[in-house]
Amino acid sequence: MIAFLFKGLLRDRSRSLFPILITGSGVAITVLTFAWVSGILNETIETTARFRAGHLKVRTNALNEQQYPNIMELVLTDAGKIKNQLEAEFPHLTWKSRIQFGGLMDVPDKNGETIAQAPVAGLGIDLMSKDRSEIKHLNLGKALAKGNLPQKSGEILLSDDLFEKLGLRLGQSVTYIGSDMNGSMVFYNFKISGTVRFGIKAMDRGAMIASLEDMQDTLDMQDATTEIFGFFKDGFYHAEQASRIRASFNDSQKATGPFAPVMVRLEDQDNMGEMLSYMNAMFSAILIIFIFVISLVLWNAGLMNGIRRYGEIGVRLAIGESKSHLYWSLIIEALILGIVSYILGTAAGLIPSYYLQVHGVDFSAFTQNADFMMSNVMRARITPINFWIGIVPGVIAPFIGAAISGIGIFKRETAELFKELEV
Amino acid sequence: MEPVIAVSNLDKTFPVANEDFFALQNIDLQFAPGEFSGIVGPSGSGKTTLLNIMGSLDKATNGKVYFMGDEITSLSAKESAQLRSRKIGFIFQTYNLLPVYTVYENLELPLILLGMSTADKKQAIMESLEWVGLTDKVNSKPAQLSGGQCQRVAIARAMVKKPTVILADEPTANLDSENSHIILKTMKKINDASGSTFIFSTHDDKVIGYLKRKITLVDGGIQQDETF
Ligand SMILES: Nc1ncnc2c1ncn2[C@@H]1O[C@H](COP(=O)(O)OP(=O)(O)OP(=O)(O)O)[C@@H](O)[C@H]1O
Ligand SMILES: [Mg+2]
Repeated sequence: MIAFLFKGLLRDRSRSLFPILITGSGVAITVLTFAWVSGILNETIETTARFRAGHLKVRTNALNEQQYPNIMELVLTDAGKIKNQLEAEFPHLTWKSRIQFGGLMDVPDKNGETIAQAPVAGLGIDLMSKDRSEIKHLNLGKALAKGNLPQKSGEILLSDDLFEKLGLRLGQSVTYIGSDMNGSMVFYNFKISGTVRFGIKAMDRGAMIASLEDMQDTLDMQDATTEIFGFFKDGFYHAEQASRIRASFNDSQKATGPFAPVMVRLEDQDNMGEMLSYMNAMFSAILIIFIFVISLVLWNAGLMNGIRRYGEIGVRLAIGESKSHLYWSLIIEALILGIVSYILGTAAGLIPSYYLQVHGVDFSAFTQNADFMMSNVMRARITPINFWIGIVPGVIAPFIGAAISGIGIFKRETAELFKELEV
Repeated sequence: MEPVIAVSNLDKTFPVANEDFFALQNIDLQFAPGEFSGIVGPSGSGKTTLLNIMGSLDKATNGKVYFMGDEITSLSAKESAQLRSRKIGFIFQTYNLLPVYTVYENLELPLILLGMSTADKKQAIMESLEWVGLTDKVNSKPAQLSGGQCQRVAIARAMVKKPTVILADEPTANLDSENSHIILKTMKKINDASGSTFIFSTHDDKVIGYLKRKITLVDGGIQQDETF
């Protein structure tokens, strides 16, 4: 009997091919939307992580409590040792020392007289080693507006806006004025190798990017840093794993006091925690509404399909099939179609999702003046949920549709059902 | 001889505007094995309703229906499905063949429900198609057949399981005169050879000419019951 029904199902495209196309498309759209929305949320979080917070970050207790990155007295000493420990214990993250600093940029004339001055927000990062992960984290390749990345000691990048405002030339020398970790004033001459524009206002106003080593020299921070950033190597923030790593690291610290290292997660910093939960709530709301709408459409399709077949049902009843047998055959049919649609639709949705995850879409034209940390390229993100989210619109909704339309079989008098095939 | 179908004191009402409308009222009828009978009457007189009740597709409001001596009015849905599957063949005005299946498969469905073996199915189907003269159309789809041929397939489907009774609701209403006669002769031939009981509903004079018994229904009541 099942073989007989299956044969009919395969032959009747309006019962097999078209429902699969419709349901499969609904599943594919759901899968793609899910990947796209998670990608955008992730990108927003990632940008903050890459520029400011890391996925995880180690700094001193004092700096952590101050929530103020520019006090050079509160830096982390023994940074090399801590970094080695982190790399050994948590090898699936990239660990990078960064020095965040503030100061003044002074532009002298030929005689050393100041012609212009401006405040800078500086970043000392790993630019010189073979590992180019920090260049990737800050997207420096794309952000480069003029000139080159620093190739040797003493070269810096400057925000393009500041560069223009101060009327500088590439290769020109400028003086950085700041205070070192002992509180003494420092003056250090740098050569501008290039300019950058991130499309992030906070960075474009007055960023200065130098190599970590140069800044350690300048600020008298041998083997010290303000922070050690940790990034998951797959590029995505994993909240639960981050919590575990934080707990493991912090529990293993014997030292206490203001200069002892402490690890914080992305969401422990600023108001990222609130931001994250807000985003997750938004995300869930969008998805629930979306899946609800798609499911409604597909449920209705299942319902219509059932009603359209009251004629066939009448004949089968007259021939002697029982109502419950018929009902189950309709449900099993809906389930089979649903599972096929779910599998095909998920595959169809994952392909563009994967493309969008790898290539992304460049929105730089729209994000030029964004004041918050936001990336110019939006990407989809495929998560494990993507593989089963399609069950709701693909299998459950048509199943309920078939189950409800099938109830008509029981509620109506057999003869009534049967009459519907006469019209 | 025990009647194949006996109806006693049958009423069938439908709720219409808060009142019970009597589609059938106080019907008493008996059909002997091998009858070739027709229920005739104007539209709305209750012919289809009566056939459906006798075929256990519908339930009576009052009264009793017996099939081969067994009361069927109180059967469960499952039991009446079984009765239909084993003992009753239906033929409809609109053929009602399943369009995605071939002629062979349309005839196969009732036999699948009976759990017949492949060899037995094949023999029964080919035999049935021979009776209606359509063995050459065994692999055709209904859409490739004429109306008359479709109705002959429907007859073959009704008789393929060798039912005790075949109930035919206006089987010629959609057919031209020539095809109507072919259909009727086919059924008469089957009736003579197999002894299956045939009960029609009709208002077609051509059909009436073939009947051995004519029951006239008016407004849900029997007005006349003639045997020729
Ligand atoms: N489900 C129903 N609900 C309400 N009234 C019904 C229902 N089914 C049939 N009737 C009524 O019962 C009466 C008998 O209907 P039935 O279909 O048996 O007539 P019929 O003799 O077969 O007519 P026709 O020759 O047009 O097929 C009609 O008046 C019809 O309107
Ligand atoms: Mg009728």
